[in-house]
Amino acid sequence: MTHTADDRARMGLRESATFDRVTIAAIQRAAQTGIYDIRGWGAKRALPHFDDLLFLGASMSRYPLEGYRERCGTDVVLGARNAKYPITLDIPVTIAGMSFGALGARAKEALGRAASITGTSTTTGDGGMTPEERGHSKTLVYQYLPNRYGMNPDDLRRADAIEVVLGQGAKPGGGGMLLGQKVSERVAGMRDLPAGIDQRSASRHPDWTGPDDLTIKINEIREITDWEKPIYVKVGASRTYYDVKLAVHAGADVVVVDGMQGGTAATQDVFIEHVGIPILAAVPQAVQALQELGVHKKTDGVQLIVSGGIRTGADVAKALALGADAVAIGTAALIALGDNDPKYAADYEALGSAAGFYDQFQAGQDPAGITTQDPDLQQRLDPEEGGRRVANYLRVLTMEAQTIARACGKAHVTHLEPEDMVALTIEAAAMARVPLAGTSWVPGLASTGGAL
Amino acid sequence: MTTTYDLGTTSLRETNQALHAADVEGEHEITNLAGSHNVAVGLAAPIKVTIHGHVGYFAAGMNQQAEVTIRGNAGQGVAENMMSGTVRVTGNASQSAGATGRGGLLVIDGDAGARCGISMKGIDIVVGGSIGHMSAFMAQRGRLVVRGDAGDALGDSIYEARIYLRGTPKSLGADCVEKQMREEHLTELAGLLKAAGYEGDDPTTYKRFGSARTLYHFTHDNEY
Repeated sequence: MTHTADDRARMGLRESATFDRVTIAAIQRAAQTGIYDIRGWGAKRALPHFDDLLFLGASMSRYPLEGYRERCGTDVVLGARNAKYPITLDIPVTIAGMSFGALGARAKEALGRAASITGTSTTTGDGGMTPEERGHSKTLVYQYLPNRYGMNPDDLRRADAIEVVLGQGAKPGGGGMLLGQKVSERVAGMRDLPAGIDQRSASRHPDWTGPDDLTIKINEIREITDWEKPIYVKVGASRTYYDVKLAVHAGADVVVVDGMQGGTAATQDVFIEHVGIPILAAVPQAVQALQELGVHKKTDGVQLIVSGGIRTGADVAKALALGADAVAIGTAALIALGDNDPKYAADYEALGSAAGFYDQFQAGQDPAGITTQDPDLQQRLDPEEGGRRVANYLRVLTMEAQTIARACGKAHVTHLEPEDMVALTIEAAAMARVPLAGTSWVPGLASTGGAL
Repeated sequence: MTTTYDLGTTSLRETNQALHAADVEGEHEITNLAGSHNVAVGLAAPIKVTIHGHVGYFAAGMNQQAEVTIRGNAGQGVAENMMSGTVRVTGNASQSAGATGRGGLLVIDGDAGARCGISMKGIDIVVGGSIGHMSAFMAQRGRLVVRGDAGDALGDSIYEARIYLRGTPKSLGADCVEKQMREEHLTELAGLLKAAGYEGDDPTTYKRFGSARTLYHFTHDNEY
């Protein structure tokens, strides 16, 4: 017979806060298998986040825009600094890089469809560009990663922008991995690898190392593509202030900063939970770097895209208010596609998980047919319907952000500013560099303006 | 007819864009290099390009179809991610020569620095001299022929690329082992040497190295 929580309390049984049941299970699993835990998703621990910020809606001292009548713009231009053809987005929410390999081709197609419907961009990933994705994506950002799987100049020329990836929030300093179950013949062929092996990805680029080299590398990509396309540089959030400064010096047109809540398809749990910083702590550092270089919020400046834990229009609005030009979503887009859908509850349980908890993206058995290469499972995902769902979600994010922007009296969502917000906790006030609610106190702020 | 681009008077951007023109053909020469980076990158036509002088980083990067000769030394990442065609360096090459290359032939008549053939994915590389440390790191496909010696950690974490080495490796990287030289390998090597202009070499004086394939699956014994 199993005791209920009440029974256990009555019996005086106390769970250890240090060695809680999840920790005990992890130790038992490690002892049994001798291999570290690899999983998908991003950091699952509680972190200071956008939830700890609130907007100061207009009242006497500010006046709002009419909620449904007055225009509140959402368009964003990216990469006008050097590129002949900058990117224009209708909404400030983009779809983050996720690889073909990590995701099935139908999922990639669905994300492309959603982005095209809503006038935003989607992004390739570690496994190269698929025809499905290119064909269904009006604006496609092509990632240039340490492995260069599938990298080729024809796809560079076919891309609308190129994103040089130095790291991602789930694992700054780490390379990707794709376990053998997902390395199908097609995935293996695109990556020039044998099918079925556990594929290990490099953590460093093979032909350049520091920021000075990156300057030359960015110029090489510009030369190959005849200076037509914006070049993004993506970093996992860690030493963000310095990384952003160096990325700008290296010639980035757009900097992408991914916080530790950002997802992965397969990474060591210890890496996901213990390396990197929350996006809340990263955005103000990135903004300070851009401001000091005189390129923040300027037409010919450097745009900032942030990601890692964006779920709602409130998160979008808060990221923009802190100084981002746009955000990117990954995990949330997969959920909108159907990831962790309760309708597959029995399937999740059969895999030893549960709807709402499933993070075994590395295993290739995704009941929702998204993070798998299994042809039968992929049939569960209709790319057209999936695209419609993600497009709906993108619209809701945008409308929610507009709602907040109007309430703060802004005629464009990117007009939101730190002054529109306060923090609920001292930690969030210090990280976001906005005052603790009801006070003028911004902990840690130096007299020079920035916290650094 | 040969077209000449003097980098002292014609900008690198103009030069590369001229070489990218849809109707480009024939022979081209680039002079007055002064160690310029990103020379003749992104070529995509069956043209001949001769570069007279030393080049900086990424010369002939991502080459497709073109036959490029660098009469001098090459900096970092020469012919990186080459897809097809031929790139020849008559002098020495710095680190990461032929990195991630997916096809074509890269010949370096002198020595190549560290990480030669890193993450190579189908390219063939023939080095007249020796190569530096960590060469063929995570090399996936293609053949690396070295007429001299190799530095430390040759072929670390190598996948299915094949290394033919005439000299001695200072050390082998993780999962890289010497393999038997069978008839088909001698034939393959002879073909590569011939293509690179070293047909005088006796293939039987070379050793073959490749993957022991013990890192292909994560187990408790190979975590790192």
